[in-house]
Amino acid sequence: MREDVPALTEAPAEGSSAAATASPEESRRRLILEALGIAVSAIGFGFVYGLSARQAGFSPLEAMAMSTIVFAGAAQFAAIGYVAAGLAWPAIALLTLLLNARHLLYSAALGPWMAGVPRPRRAVMAHLLTDEAFALAIGHFRRIGRTDESGYWIGAIASTFIPWNLATLAGVYAGGSIADPALLGIDIIFPAAMIGLAAGLISGRRELVAAFAGAAIAVSWALFASSAFGLEPSTGVVVGGVVGPLLGLLVPAALASERAPLGTPASAERFAMPGTRVDDDAEGLP
Amino acid sequence: MSTELIPLAVVMFAVTYPSRALGLLAPGLDRLPRGAIAYLQLVGPAVLAALAAVAVMVRTPDNGPPVFAIGIEWVAVLACLGIVLWRRNLLLGLVVAVAIVVIARGTGFAALPPS
Repeated sequence: MREDVPALTEAPAEGSSAAATASPEESRRRLILEALGIAVSAIGFGFVYGLSARQAGFSPLEAMAMSTIVFAGAAQFAAIGYVAAGLAWPAIALLTLLLNARHLLYSAALGPWMAGVPRPRRAVMAHLLTDEAFALAIGHFRRIGRTDESGYWIGAIASTFIPWNLATLAGVYAGGSIADPALLGIDIIFPAAMIGLAAGLISGRRELVAAFAGAAIAVSWALFASSAFGLEPSTGVVVGGVVGPLLGLLVPAALASERAPLGTPASAERFAMPGTRVDDDAEGLP
Repeated sequence: MSTELIPLAVVMFAVTYPSRALGLLAPGLDRLPRGAIAYLQLVGPAVLAALAAVAVMVRTPDNGPPVFAIGIEWVAVLACLGIVLWRRNLLLGLVVAVAIVVIARGTGFAALPPS
């Protein structure tokens, strides 16, 4: 732990409370409305995930195992591509680790707020921590100036986990009844979803450079280096995903134009899934 | 019904859960080295863009090395990207991308991808 860098969140010190900007009831109503929007988004994406997984050859059990055990949308979509490309499991594990490492930022930001929650419940909360659960919870906590455990469960379970899993199931069975998925353009959903999710994570020039560099390196490696070394083209994704961020870091901070650094009010909204705006007004999420 | 990928789901859980749990279960982890934070912030865009690019730009024939591919898929993915940047709505972007591909393939303007 470093003391010379800013904390990821502005949680109140233990035993005190931060300045509230809304009553608990008012904020809870707003949380539920936001959660409904997120649930609609989760249903749409869960269904699309189920369709794509089925097209890639996942059985209903395998697709559902991904949605319940992994429960990480972007990583699940990515896994479809990895499996379809025949990527080895250790490489899939590495890419999943990297792709989901952003959750460390969320859990570190939520940690101080949850310090009073019993450890076993925090352990369960961790499995349900997603981009959406983070954005909903931290916005709610900061509005009321304290922790509201029920609010976390509403955001994590009602708005995401249940809709995502039910929609996955529906998508898997719908996908199994489609004779020629290419005629319906289902094969385009995966790359389009990936680029859309990537765009939603870009909030400055460093991310932009990392994304372009990651893509260029991945394609170059897939076309040339993988052939030269006898590797699968999909290994390009590993190389691009690891080296791209290093090139992004070369952008000087003064030129990064970071719009939503962690610990600022814009950071929570930044991590929300770009299918649904969590907040539209100036008083938005913290 | 195949269950071969269920152990993969467990592996993916095993590498995902620690990053979700560390901050919640280890008090004081709300401060990380700046370099680590900066790198982690960039991994998501890089991996996701790499996945999209390889999926759209690289085709591997049955007998032969990977080749650079150009097709209607580029237009569809770029349209999705444009809509996400413009409207911040990925679902709408996906609908438009699928519509472009369906129309192009249905009218014979674009070929079906090799199965």
